[in-house]
Amino acid sequence: MNTKKIKEKLGFILLRLSVLFVVLFLAVILTYLVVNGARVLSWQFLTQNPENAMTQGGIFPALVGTFFVALITAIFSVPLGIFAAIYLIEYAPKGKFTRLIRLSIRNLSGVPSIIYGLFGVALFVQMLRFGASLLSSGLTLGLLTLPWIITASEEALKSVPASYREGAFALGASKWQVIRTNVLPYAFPGILTGIILGLSRAAGETAPILFTGVAFFIPSLPKSLLDQFMALPYHLYIMSTQHHDIEGVRGIAYGTALVLLIFILLLNLGAIIARYRMRKIRRA
Amino acid sequence: MRNLRRIKEGLLKQFFFLNGILAILVLAGIFLLLLSQGILAFKEISLFEFLTSARWSPDSVVRPTYGILSMVVSTLMVTAIALILAVPLGIGCASYISQLASPRVKEIAKPVIEMLAAVPSVVIGFMGIVLVAPFLTKIFGISSGLNALNGAILLGIMSLPTIISISEDAITSVPSEYKEASLALGASRWDTLVKVTIPSASSGIIASIMLGMGRAIGETMTVLMVTGNAPAMPHSLFDSVRTMTATIAIELGEVPFNTTHYYALFAIGLTLFVITFLVNLLSDIILSKGQRS
Repeated sequence: MNTKKIKEKLGFILLRLSVLFVVLFLAVILTYLVVNGARVLSWQFLTQNPENAMTQGGIFPALVGTFFVALITAIFSVPLGIFAAIYLIEYAPKGKFTRLIRLSIRNLSGVPSIIYGLFGVALFVQMLRFGASLLSSGLTLGLLTLPWIITASEEALKSVPASYREGAFALGASKWQVIRTNVLPYAFPGILTGIILGLSRAAGETAPILFTGVAFFIPSLPKSLLDQFMALPYHLYIMSTQHHDIEGVRGIAYGTALVLLIFILLLNLGAIIARYRMRKIRRA
Repeated sequence: MRNLRRIKEGLLKQFFFLNGILAILVLAGIFLLLLSQGILAFKEISLFEFLTSARWSPDSVVRPTYGILSMVVSTLMVTAIALILAVPLGIGCASYISQLASPRVKEIAKPVIEMLAAVPSVVIGFMGIVLVAPFLTKIFGISSGLNALNGAILLGIMSLPTIISISEDAITSVPSEYKEASLALGASRWDTLVKVTIPSASSGIIASIMLGMGRAIGETMTVLMVTGNAPAMPHSLFDSVRTMTATIAIELGEVPFNTTHYYALFAIGLTLFVITFLVNLLSDIILSKGQRS
């Protein structure tokens, strides 16, 4: 074998190793959390309140809080995101202004999450006087999710074949009728996977809710939109860095991390599988 | 009847347009709000001190100082090391997935990398505390593993999915004629990859690195949890550092609203926003240029 061949072999091994390395990261994170988190995971852990200054008991209020805040995020960002995508794909003329909109969307998705937190404090908590509440946090997360939902919906709308639109136009349908009866139904599964991915990421965020409504500990579930709430990611943060007995509650931290990760990975896996299936059906 | 329909269609168009420009409004709104709040800090702090002093002690009774230099340096240091770790690994992965992997491997590798991107930053930070920190103390014989290096390793991992997916797109879109020409001239596949394909994809790869950098600069929870948060000028990798994001996260919950300290945190936010905005904008320009040519 000449040196050229050897170099090539070595080079390809290196590339292979780099992929292996990355896959290994995820595998290590998963196994480590599963092994350590499984010990505390039980039905009680999921359905009980934290007890004895959060050294015992479960994570029920954090679980419910995360669900509620994700719901408000969705109510706010999903319609706006889909409407914006409809404008960009179906109505927007090609030109400088449309390019500016797209540039803003890409740039918004790169704005650090703590900046959204600052924005939420100044706008929702202070100016609009929603206070630190479920509503303020949900709206802040909604803004954060908006560019992701727009982008995903745009992709889904783009994938609708032109013949679907043309066929309906030829039958005399108006623009809105075409969108409502032909474009949206076809794009719906794609939009849905995008929404699931976006919301799962929002549910895992901590920095935007840090000052807009999440609470260290509250004994009861939020009763109104203006109540504070507990959330899984913030619970993990305090259990691993802020609690007065960090070593003592490590088990609860592992359990919280595992529940959060399972929750998010399942949603992601679902979305990925759905997308994969859809591609296969469309190709066939 | 016809008119009614036309009016309805026109109204709907206006409605969708309003939603369409929302992104511009939000982006401008964030900037203006940060600016209007941040600028109030400079009633009492000099801009020069803010940018050039390394002393951040807003609670000092004698003379509070608001210098962000040490935080900026900490942020840049952690980000730079993260990229040094992540860039070769990311380009390696992207090249493999794009050029060598069988369709089956590709179908597994891509979702796995996507899942890595989905792991919440608090979970990554938690892994930094329970896994990376003990590992670092053992290997380097240091007393605490909560330092700049720990943060950099985690930020590296977190910027990998961005770097890999965008680089992979860039490498895949290199015209196959380039490769074929190189192979026909007798170059090995490795030489073709390193000397032809990757250089041809360089604009996309650079853009991916910049996007990864933007993400690392703005990441909050991970660095907050693992870098130790000592507000001082860092001298080595093993120093405890406090980034711009971590400072906002730590102090915003404690300061009373509408004080100089509160506004100063918005000024940090504004600085951070401007930095990430420029980084993202630049990568966007590089990417769109690459696509046009």
